[in-house]
Amino acid sequence: MTTKTHVQTTINGEPVDFLCEPRQSLLECLRDVVGLTGTKEGCNDGNCGACTVKLDGRIVTSCLVLGVEAQGADIETIEGVAEGTNLHPLQLAFLENAALQCGICTPGFIVSAKSLLDQNPNPTEHEIRFWLANNLCRCTGYDKIVRAVQDAAKKMQEAS
Amino acid sequence: MTSSDSTDYKVLGTRPIRHDGADKVTGRAIYGPDFDTAGLLHGKILRSPHAHARIISIDTSEAEALDGVMAVVTGADWPNNSNGTSMVEDGTGTEIESNSNWLRENLLAGDKVLYAGHAIAGVAAASPHVAEEALALIEVKYEVLEPVLTIQEAMAKNAPILHEGLTTQELGEDSGVVSNTADHFQHTKGNIEKGFEAADVVVEREYNTVMVHQGYIEPHNGTALWNTDGRLHVWCSTQGSFVVRDSLSDLLDIPVSQIRVTPTEIGGGFGGKIPIYVEPVAALLSKKTGSPVKIVMSRKEVFEGSGPTAGSNIKIKLGAKSDGTITAAHAWMAMEAGGYPGSPVGAAAQCVFAAYDIENALVDGYDVVVNKPKTAPYRAPGAPNAAFGMEQAMNELAEMLQMDPIDLRLKNVATEGTRRVDGPTFRRIGAKEVLETMRDHPHYQAAKTEGHGRGIAIGFWFNIGFDSACNIAVNSDGSINLTEGSTDIGGSRTSIAMHAAEVLGIPVEDVRPSVVDTDTIGFTAVTGGSRTTFATGWAAYEAAQDVKKQSIERAASIWDVDSDTLNMEDGVIKSKTDSELKMTFKELASQMSDTGGGITGRASVNPKGVGGSFAGNMVDVSVDDETGKVTIERFTCVQDVGKAIHPSYVEGQMQGGSAQGIGWALNEEYFMNDQGNMANSSLLDYRMPTSLDLPMIDTAIVEVANPGHPFGVRGVGEANIVPPTPAIANAVSDATGNIMTQLPLTPGAVLDSGK
Amino acid sequence: MKWIDYENAKTVDEAIKILSQSGGKARPMAGGTDLIVQLRNKDPRTDADVVVDIKDIPDLNVLQCDPKTGLTIGAAVPLYKIYNDDNVKKYFPAIIDSASLIGGVLIQGRASFGGNLCNAAPSGDAIPNLIAHNGIATIAGPNGTRDVPVEDICTGPRQTSIGNDELLISINLPVPAAGFGASYIRFTPRNEMDIAVVGAGVSVNISEGKFTAARVSLASVAPTPIYVENAVNALVGETVGDAAIQRAANAAREAAKPISDMRGTAEYRKHLCEVLTRRALNAAIERAKEGK
Repeated sequence: MTTKTHVQTTINGEPVDFLCEPRQSLLECLRDVVGLTGTKEGCNDGNCGACTVKLDGRIVTSCLVLGVEAQGADIETIEGVAEGTNLHPLQLAFLENAALQCGICTPGFIVSAKSLLDQNPNPTEHEIRFWLANNLCRCTGYDKIVRAVQDAAKKMQEAS
Repeated sequence: MTSSDSTDYKVLGTRPIRHDGADKVTGRAIYGPDFDTAGLLHGKILRSPHAHARIISIDTSEAEALDGVMAVVTGADWPNNSNGTSMVEDGTGTEIESNSNWLRENLLAGDKVLYAGHAIAGVAAASPHVAEEALALIEVKYEVLEPVLTIQEAMAKNAPILHEGLTTQELGEDSGVVSNTADHFQHTKGNIEKGFEAADVVVEREYNTVMVHQGYIEPHNGTALWNTDGRLHVWCSTQGSFVVRDSLSDLLDIPVSQIRVTPTEIGGGFGGKIPIYVEPVAALLSKKTGSPVKIVMSRKEVFEGSGPTAGSNIKIKLGAKSDGTITAAHAWMAMEAGGYPGSPVGAAAQCVFAAYDIENALVDGYDVVVNKPKTAPYRAPGAPNAAFGMEQAMNELAEMLQMDPIDLRLKNVATEGTRRVDGPTFRRIGAKEVLETMRDHPHYQAAKTEGHGRGIAIGFWFNIGFDSACNIAVNSDGSINLTEGSTDIGGSRTSIAMHAAEVLGIPVEDVRPSVVDTDTIGFTAVTGGSRTTFATGWAAYEAAQDVKKQSIERAASIWDVDSDTLNMEDGVIKSKTDSELKMTFKELASQMSDTGGGITGRASVNPKGVGGSFAGNMVDVSVDDETGKVTIERFTCVQDVGKAIHPSYVEGQMQGGSAQGIGWALNEEYFMNDQGNMANSSLLDYRMPTSLDLPMIDTAIVEVANPGHPFGVRGVGEANIVPPTPAIANAVSDATGNIMTQLPLTPGAVLDSGK
Repeated sequence: MKWIDYENAKTVDEAIKILSQSGGKARPMAGGTDLIVQLRNKDPRTDADVVVDIKDIPDLNVLQCDPKTGLTIGAAVPLYKIYNDDNVKKYFPAIIDSASLIGGVLIQGRASFGGNLCNAAPSGDAIPNLIAHNGIATIAGPNGTRDVPVEDICTGPRQTSIGNDELLISINLPVPAAGFGASYIRFTPRNEMDIAVVGAGVSVNISEGKFTAARVSLASVAPTPIYVENAVNALVGETVGDAAIQRAANAAREAAKPISDMRGTAEYRKHLCEVLTRRALNAAIERAKEGK
């Protein structure tokens, strides 16, 4: 009892090992152990989406994943969305459309929206709203967030 | 619509990318819970399971003995200087005197707990999990008392008393009567008896609303290090670093000079992060351990242990002539303060009739304590509750008079020179322009979809001035570093930077704004009261004027001419008389070092030219007549913003306030069981709107310049949450034919309204 | 959270061994979207010292949909795999109703029908739907496997007939007879991310204008999701039409024994049973007519 577990993962394309207790969530491990604080905690029970990460190809709330479950997993966080110094089109669109105010929900929204556009490059407004309904924003009323996703989708399609 | 100026601004009114944008879309921005430092301990807080109880004893020995626990603190650890008073923000931005003991007891209980969630003890441990385990080992013995959960219960005769020492202030005098009513006050204008006698029609109705939360996504947090030199350093997400500093000084009984507060990035506040909660507990724990201690609330703690806004019981009576002229108005409003006095009823009473010029009016306000969390400011505190009643009564009146509801409001609208019932006389305001914009808007002009209901409402909220400071240092490349002390909660550092860029005629990208700590900038009041862009923007304006003046003087000394002969426009300093003499600000900056040294500008302001803001909504709804579920089909927010500095973020404020109002109207509520425990203290069951619950939110910016600000700015953060609840209620009434007398308009409540 | 031990079982036998040896203090975990929250909230009904991760067990990850053999949903299959499966969409479209509305997209990346059933919440959105589809749960234990109709799994709020040393392997839906249509509808104040105030899962078989068989089940109106026999009786043998549908809807309202809580009053919930059963039946009939 009370021994830590060695977990080997790939985070944002780089191999990352960490030690954690089984009771620690992946969110805690990312933030407090690995030091990637871009992933936020808003509720710690899966209802706000501030802690959204991509886990083995699928977006999840990292507060509802145990760190030990991530053994061998491929994880993508907000810190891995930009390519070097080039922001992802979604990140640019969030800035250009003023789709953030306080910004605490923004990492979760960007990781969620990126996964939507990866599989549905031209979503309707309803599809965007449905996909993002697991991510709460209290500042914007979502209007500018939906527009930013639409804007990014358009620009990504034009570029491809 | 712009009814003000046609000034040709270069920077104001544009939509630059915010300076903190890259950090915030990449996850690099450091918010309070992200803060880390060597040797950090984690704190957790034990909270009362009872809504009303006497604490018989607290035994922390087992918790202290647990492996990994470094310290435990309780209310006994507060410094022993009782009967002091502290200054607290009253919700309108005004600092009022409050009982220091109440503030302390709210953060770590004394001999009583007054709501479920009331903090009792704090634990610091090596990990948050160990701290949490230790909480379970603290043994508290309670004498459980009957809870008082509603205004009606609290004001009833023989109600259980929360504070044995609390006597009612009756119209400014201490009545000596011990009760749960902390204060009863009145505002009077004219003579309402005569006014009602002169009325052809009278509307009278009672409205009830329940407690709701600001719902910021980032929980309260704070890290404190009480250093070996006696200095306390706190890092936290707050709407006012100087408020944190001054509150800590009062609560911990140490001079402000011994406290440094570093505001981190903040994940929403909406008023709720003006008061402090965990910071002093972390400080006490740090003092005991000698280590930095971080406390982050859980979501449940945020709901149960921070400060929501009040539920209310409001009666509105209006009398009018058959031509629509309102002859008399009476508002009776009682609002929940929570466990300690201080509800937003004062502001509600100032706002309830503010949109109208009414000859005879009376407002009765009651501040009532109940066994629920101590309320805190929430975006235009009190005003939405008041408007929920007043603006529905206005629609009822319009229907009785068979008038268009906008025409009725225009008939009575407050304008420059109108005296509010609470005394002040309006300067130039934009209520009329907001209503006219609504009337002429495509939304109002469009025919209603068959089966939909349409509602409108308007609302008022103040702006405040107060202290703001700004420093500007000119860099040798002609850019400037701008430092200020206003927490940036939604893009304000860019709006403030735009003020300086406009004055100096430089691109806003050449301004590097920073929000700095309390050791580094002059006193700056809270980000609240819709004051930040107005007042700190003004400080930036003045600091930039200082830089401009010094730049002209420097050029004058370089050219050896009288500075009066020079001016600076669009970033170029030139002679009024000699067209050969000119130099860009950039060129001057490159020569600063050789011509007398660096240029720094500074300003501390306390502007008095505050102008209030009016907002209006038009909303179309559909109602499922079998389930009672309301769907917002179309929503338009109109607001007088004075001058939109950064229109995107102005629209964002309007949309955000609208969305919060929609949540308040439809689903949000503190659902308490009969023992006073909140049954829905999660983001699953406290139903804030998701993206799938809202339509696009249309905005119409009205610009009636505030004559009290150099750029005509009005604060825009709050007025937009005032009209949604009545506008939606009016729309649901229109769709169903039933009056909506209570919030929230849950499906069950809407269905029942027809019974 | 208190200390827990974590075991990652690779086979059914291994999982059952751990469960059997833990004295009732071990809990299987698939997506964990309920379990982790309950452990964190110190829910007295979830008193576990050991979490047994079952996501790596092949038998629990089967998702097989075949018009000849029916649908097998492994207990750990996450919802998104169910609603993205072309065969499920084609042959069991009503199953998508539940899979796409539990939690939100993020939760659906982890949560499973198996977890929803074993969590046994009165509001479990999968359960009435599985009952309507004649679902059979396959449960393994120290003494072999057994098959149990889904309606016999939940015995109380968050209590099931699955033993502490047993493991749900899969849920199996038989091939529907001709003229089959089903539907699950729930009512929530928010459009997503919400708990059913009432949920109604129904199925019908229609032949020559008459109901030849039917299933009606409700969520959030009793300590467990319930099968409503009287509603079924109101349909079977009757002509497809508003009269029979209304009688079934009325029977559903009468069968409901809801409580008043933060999600709605008992009276309102009973009313919703009538509305949702009627709406769900109409949707199921549409699907039956379309041959879905």
